[in-house]
Amino acid sequence: MSADRILTMSGVGRVHGKGAQQVRALVDVDLEVSAGELVAVTGRSGSGKTTLLNLAGGLDEPTTGTIQVEGRHLDDMGANGLAALRRRSVGYMFQQFNLLATLTAVENVALPMELDGMTLREARHAAEVALAEVGLEGVANRYPDEISGGEQQRVAIARGLVGPRKLLLADEPTGALDEITSESILGILRDRCDAGAAALMVTHEPAFAAWADRVVRLRDGRLEHVSERSALPPTVEEMWT
Amino acid sequence: MGVREGLLVLLTTGPKHGYQLKLDFEVATGEAWPLNIGQVYTTLQRLERDDLVTATDEDDEGRIAYRITATGKEEITHWLSEPVERTVANRDEVSMKLLLTLASGVADPQRVIDTQRRSTMQALQDYTRLRTDGDRTDFPWQLHIDRLIFRTEAELRWLDRVEECMSLETPRSITTSNEVADSTAREGTK
Repeated sequence: MSADRILTMSGVGRVHGKGAQQVRALVDVDLEVSAGELVAVTGRSGSGKTTLLNLAGGLDEPTTGTIQVEGRHLDDMGANGLAALRRRSVGYMFQQFNLLATLTAVENVALPMELDGMTLREARHAAEVALAEVGLEGVANRYPDEISGGEQQRVAIARGLVGPRKLLLADEPTGALDEITSESILGILRDRCDAGAAALMVTHEPAFAAWADRVVRLRDGRLEHVSERSALPPTVEEMWT
Repeated sequence: MGVREGLLVLLTTGPKHGYQLKLDFEVATGEAWPLNIGQVYTTLQRLERDDLVTATDEDDEGRIAYRITATGKEEITHWLSEPVERTVANRDEVSMKLLLTLASGVADPQRVIDTQRRSTMQALQDYTRLRTDGDRTDFPWQLHIDRLIFRTEAELRWLDRVEECMSLETPRSITTSNEVADSTAREGTK
């Protein structure tokens, strides 16, 4: 295995339900994401995109196949190991914001690090940095119901980015955001990957998928390679003619 | 677009000589359409022939500047007031290829879609990278890439739409010219 391989999914399948109601959400998926790589997962709704992300983050278990994060098999980790992985190594930016209503924005972002044993001061400082990164310095001390939907989404993104996360999982991370803010969030994801993180981003927007190094597509639970960025971007002459 | 109109527009801000026009044109359009200096002079000669510009006397360095005439200004006012005809946009090869594949059954349309999507997506990735890595203050250049990004994005959306429609129902098979003739004949007997 390559040293910088962060996520490895081999022959992963996921079946929901039983008998006649059985749905094969994912079929024999092989996917590897290395440090420095941003991979976009596209596909129609119901094609298995969110299932793929949940499996990669240890939030769901595959019916078949194996998943490794930083070289460690998720199915060998046990509940405590998985919980530590989720707090420490994996950053989640999901459609449901899941912010705690009784905590302020900065407390929401700091929480996973506090749970992981960081001092209150350190965790708070890291949270403030992450909030500033998504342009939310001003709302750090407000509660979720005192900020807009777009701001809540950015708080959730800051929580996913905070600390030294190796694997970033983003499910339509720009859903509630306007175009300019979306681009700045994609820019942050891109920068994190350029700085050595690995990211898997689900999106139905071609323009957002285009920020990725690699684009894959799910069709009826099967993963297909679509494209990768050229090693060298086209020259001006090639573009206009 | 006509280089002719482009040069006339640039001359509305004052007289300019050929090389200056070439540079101004390229700066204004983000160097999207590099102009050949020969093309600039040929165009200026035609504009002069049509009384849209007049040549001034040579300056100390032997350069001739051109000035827009009243007729030239009228032509530009007219050009700017009209929309650009969409004839070219309506006949692009991607849609033609895919629609004909669907109609004729000559190949698996899914394959045609997949092949095109790979190429179009890669172009979108490359444009996006050029845009983010490029000079953010060069507005003509940024706006040009935006234009390409939107166009490429629209093509991907359309490919998705075709795929979605294919999954919903069997596309109507090709209507041959004979069938059209038959139905026209039937209409006529009603």
